[in-house]
Amino acid sequence: MKTGKKIEAGFFLLFFLFILFSVLVNFSAGKEMGLKSFYFGKNLFIMLPPAFVLIGLFQVWVKRETIEKHLGTGSGLRGHFFVILLAGSTVGGLYVAFPVAAALYGKGAKLSVIFSYLGAAAIVRIPMTIFEASFLGLKFTLIRFLISIPLVIVSAEILGKYLEARSYKMKENSK
Amino acid sequence: MLYLYAITITALVLSVIADRQKTRQALNIAVRRFTSILPDLLIIIVIASVVLYLIPSGTITGYLGNENKYLAVILAMLLGSITMMPGFIAFPLCGLLLSQGIPHFVLGAFSTTLMMVGIVTFPLERSFLGTKTALIRNTISLVIAIIVALTIGLFYQEIKI
Repeated sequence: MKTGKKIEAGFFLLFFLFILFSVLVNFSAGKEMGLKSFYFGKNLFIMLPPAFVLIGLFQVWVKRETIEKHLGTGSGLRGHFFVILLAGSTVGGLYVAFPVAAALYGKGAKLSVIFSYLGAAAIVRIPMTIFEASFLGLKFTLIRFLISIPLVIVSAEILGKYLEARSYKMKENSK
Repeated sequence: MLYLYAITITALVLSVIADRQKTRQALNIAVRRFTSILPDLLIIIVIASVVLYLIPSGTITGYLGNENKYLAVILAMLLGSITMMPGFIAFPLCGLLLSQGIPHFVLGAFSTTLMMVGIVTFPLERSFLGTKTALIRNTISLVIAIIVALTIGLFYQEIKI
């Protein structure tokens, strides 16, 4: 484990002890934070394990050539289209999207397509959209989609080009 | 959530049938990647619970209902950037805010930043993208949120040019 990660883990342990202590001495602010972190953490730990299993399967089964052909350099607008469809069906938001993006990148997807994926995974996920339309109206959702999707693609293209010119490499976060 | 599990289990079963060795390899990758981001996740949980404790939802309603529309949008974007909520909590909250008279375009700014910009998720994002690129991505997202909010405002005739 890297030192930075060790510090993070240590910090969490400290927080955990603080919550435990709060429960023991009945410190209400600490107890409430504990409860909030439990609900928030529970969600993450329900979503992430299956997502990582899928990433592992993707890593093993999908050939690099397939990804390069559809999402790599020269895939053009089609690459963005595919990846936005993929993002639309992703569950779990950006927590899941980052590792998926890293896996796609590792298999040869180009940077601008990666940023399209991240943007789309954040704001145009289908399961979430059903919620949105029912609470805020279909008109709201449609305007949001029609405006934000082109903006996501254009900004992803620019950012991808900019970073490629500076020979930027994304970390794959796996040792 | 259920359908994520359904897909994963189906894929896993198919993979085992096709090739046991490859499946084992896939699971190894899954465990390794998961444990490598685990410390980041734990930190996010700590920060999120402290932030959510400090900003109760009543406060959010108070700020977003500000008389000055442009100030309300800026506050919406600030609040949306700090707190990170999954869509199934964020949109019902937006629905509630709408029924309390918060205009659509403020909610456009709020929901977009809520989903795209995350100070809380920054440690995790940085470990994938690096600090500079993560900053650029979040900044671009803020700009997109502004444009989305203004367009929604025009369509609902809440903003007039």
